[in-house]
Amino acid sequence: MSKTHVTTSINGEPVEFLCDPGDTLLDVLRNDLQMTGTKEGCGSGDCGACSVTMNGRLVCSCLVLGVEAEGAEIGTIEGIGSNDGLHVIQEKFLEHAALQCGVCTPGLIVSTKALLEENPNPTEEEARYYLAGNLCRCTGYDKIIRAVLDAAETMREGA
Amino acid sequence: MSEAREFKYIGQRTIRPDGFDKVTGRAQYGADLNLPGMIWGRTLRSPHAHAKILSIDTSKAEAHPDVFAVVTFKDFGSVEGESINAGEGAADVLDLARNCLADDKVLYHGHAIAAVAARTERVADDALALIEVKYEVLSPVLDVEDAMKDGAPILHEDMFTQGYEETPSSPSNIATRLEMKMGDIEAGFAEADVIVEREFRTPTAHQGYIEPHACTARYDEDGQSLVWCCTQGHFDVRTSTAKLLHIDLSKLKVVASEIGGGFGGKTVVYQEPVALALSRKSGRPVKMVMNRDEVFMATGPTSAAKLKAKVGAKKDGTITAMQGWMAYEAGAFKGSPMMPGVMTMFTPYDCGNVQVEGFDVVVNKCKVAAYRAPGAPQAEFAAEMVVNELAEELGMDPIELRLKNAAKEGTQTIYGPKLKTVGLVECLEAARDSDHYKSTLAEGCGRGIAAGFWFNIGGQSSVSINMNTDGTGTIIEGSPDIGGSRASMQMMAAEVLQIEPSRLKPIVADTDSLPYSQGTGGSRVTFATGMAVIEAAEDVVRQLKERAAAIWNVTAEQVDYVDGVAINTAGGEKMTLAEVCEAAEKTGGQISGTGNINARGAGPSFAVHLCDTKVDKETGKVDVVRYTAIQDAGKAIHPSYVEGQLQGGAVQGIGWALNEEYIYNDDGVMENPGFLDYRIPLASDLPMIEAIIVEVPNAFHPYGVRGVGESGIIPPLAAVGWSVGNAIGRKVEELPCSPPRVLSLIQNG
Repeated sequence: MSKTHVTTSINGEPVEFLCDPGDTLLDVLRNDLQMTGTKEGCGSGDCGACSVTMNGRLVCSCLVLGVEAEGAEIGTIEGIGSNDGLHVIQEKFLEHAALQCGVCTPGLIVSTKALLEENPNPTEEEARYYLAGNLCRCTGYDKIIRAVLDAAETMREGA
Repeated sequence: MSEAREFKYIGQRTIRPDGFDKVTGRAQYGADLNLPGMIWGRTLRSPHAHAKILSIDTSKAEAHPDVFAVVTFKDFGSVEGESINAGEGAADVLDLARNCLADDKVLYHGHAIAAVAARTERVADDALALIEVKYEVLSPVLDVEDAMKDGAPILHEDMFTQGYEETPSSPSNIATRLEMKMGDIEAGFAEADVIVEREFRTPTAHQGYIEPHACTARYDEDGQSLVWCCTQGHFDVRTSTAKLLHIDLSKLKVVASEIGGGFGGKTVVYQEPVALALSRKSGRPVKMVMNRDEVFMATGPTSAAKLKAKVGAKKDGTITAMQGWMAYEAGAFKGSPMMPGVMTMFTPYDCGNVQVEGFDVVVNKCKVAAYRAPGAPQAEFAAEMVVNELAEELGMDPIELRLKNAAKEGTQTIYGPKLKTVGLVECLEAARDSDHYKSTLAEGCGRGIAAGFWFNIGGQSSVSINMNTDGTGTIIEGSPDIGGSRASMQMMAAEVLQIEPSRLKPIVADTDSLPYSQGTGGSRVTFATGMAVIEAAEDVVRQLKERAAAIWNVTAEQVDYVDGVAINTAGGEKMTLAEVCEAAEKTGGQISGTGNINARGAGPSFAVHLCDTKVDKETGKVDVVRYTAIQDAGKAIHPSYVEGQLQGGAVQGIGWALNEEYIYNDDGVMENPGFLDYRIPLASDLPMIEAIIVEVPNAFHPYGVRGVGESGIIPPLAAVGWSVGNAIGRKVEELPCSPPRVLSLIQNG
């Protein structure tokens, strides 16, 4: 099967790759571009570990084909935070001990960033429902929700 | 440790040292390693729950131009039944091999039969279809009752029930029968004014870690080999893999990647020996990553169980007798956690007349593995439910009833020793005094309470602390960090060395770099590996004193070490830790402390949980509206991560109680092998989980630590189960309390 050439943008940088038409965006990120910060937990869109943004919209990269990235703007965990320091959401996850094993954490941080861009002042219930697509098996979500609400408050104060 | 002491770093909420890598996506997990020339392995799995394998023809797959190797059970060579330490407890090597790749029979839907290594994952998947397997399909045995019946289809013709005075002469699906007792059970019930007795069922439930099993293996020309994998115990992966592939331990390096959850389920090997066999055959590094359905179908969940519990008490609430019976599904091979179920069932109670009988039963389902306090949640669910009913019958507050009968220091256990200092009474008092318990129950809601007991273990841990010339150091340990334990190792070493925790870098080293360390399980790491860290740090302090003494020309006994500074008590000179390290070159070479121990004296951790639920009477859907988890930590090294264990355990237990179960059809095919249909709790399902840490120090740890990882999953089953029954005015006897089951209880009683 011949490969398809795709031109896209990932975390603001131009990227080109060749992929099989059947490869998911997640396969391309992890196996072809070595961007392993995005995790695979289920491959069926149920766990959210592979959450990325595509043209500003939160998606499961296991449900997007690599070829669909053509001309799109993709945002991954590798694009959050910078050399100058962590993003507030990342800081709050650490401060609140909102991770144990950490494998769901990249997806949760990507989703939290999307949440706070849509809704800078979520209630606990709104945060819980927005993040319902991101499974965490270690924490029971308590400390995650506290980190998200604290990050929201800090970001509002800084805005 | 008997009295409270002041700590400088213990008890703070530091930022975990591995945190930056985890919030940025840099941390490398099981599936994140790629090697040059690497190819992909995939596994052919049985479509049948029970069948004889008549033949396996791999020739067409081997002929595929992009396939590099195919392996079957034969590639393990001759494997003999012998017991090795593989993860949490002993395992039979032959059973382990036959679970990795089936021998002459497949014993469950999803049982691995062969594996293919090919250029890409997709080609490997496609090539599986080229392998031709001929089966003789047999009737499956799908639950303990059927499996225990006379005339049931037999899984293993060479298995004869152990545990009777005379071993039976005909094979059976009952691997082991175990009875433990103390006192006079009949006299105890004769003394009782009230007796409560019920039967219960709990489902097969999976650990549900988010990261699927994954490994990359490489076998080199000179016989040196590497396995990179997500595991709770890389030294045990080395033992099992080396045994199956007949290689020396020194030639197999196992690297523990970051691990994306385990909860006991990543203590045994599945793909690691297979990937290494594929690499040996192909001459290429091989990566294997399970799909989610493979994780559910073919790795170890915990046992479904059938249980009976009976308790008797006097009118004043004094419990006079407790009796239990349980049959645990082991899955395809013997080895359910029935024994810890028998041992823990009634341990929260100080009762002299106890008898418990247990059965370990094989069925045509995947082989169970350890799951957080293995065996205890099922048994203690049954016990706590009848104790709650006893309180109801007696008209007593369920906490007062438990306080009246609570196990405490000196209580005789059914399994031998008397309890040392434990914190059950303190946990019950904290529950009684909590805002939650004092709050009024909302209209239409139910409230449940339950206690939980888990032993915790110690075991072998090996640690080195290497000091650098600038006074920083590296803590080299062998316990995969599954929930933040590197932070507590850092804090305990800092407490001994009296330097900032951030000056010490903790790492989990590979099997070439340290002596054997037992895996992360049994809530042992903060306790046992923590003790090894403390010992290694004390060794560093001893050397610091010797080196400073050499510089001052005094004896080491004349040197004090206070607040990170060596002091010459004879002459008054001082040197900081960093100055002594910097001068190490002149005093005999670099400074390195070791702590290689087999830790004894693990302190049990008791937990008490409170749960309020609201039930939708039209749909049977249950919402947890308030939840409090209380647990004795001995001493919380890092309170945030202790709370995290309490909360995480509680929510796994809530999932088990409310939704999670394996659903099989009549042919033994698992029908819900995915997160959509095997529904673990979501953020939107839950309230905040109130966590209350009780600290009754464990005298056998320098800082008083008790393991906290496991006890928290025990109480939710009965706390939720009783709460639901309380809300609808019925008695719950079967978990999970999923909507159809609750609706049926409401409608039919």
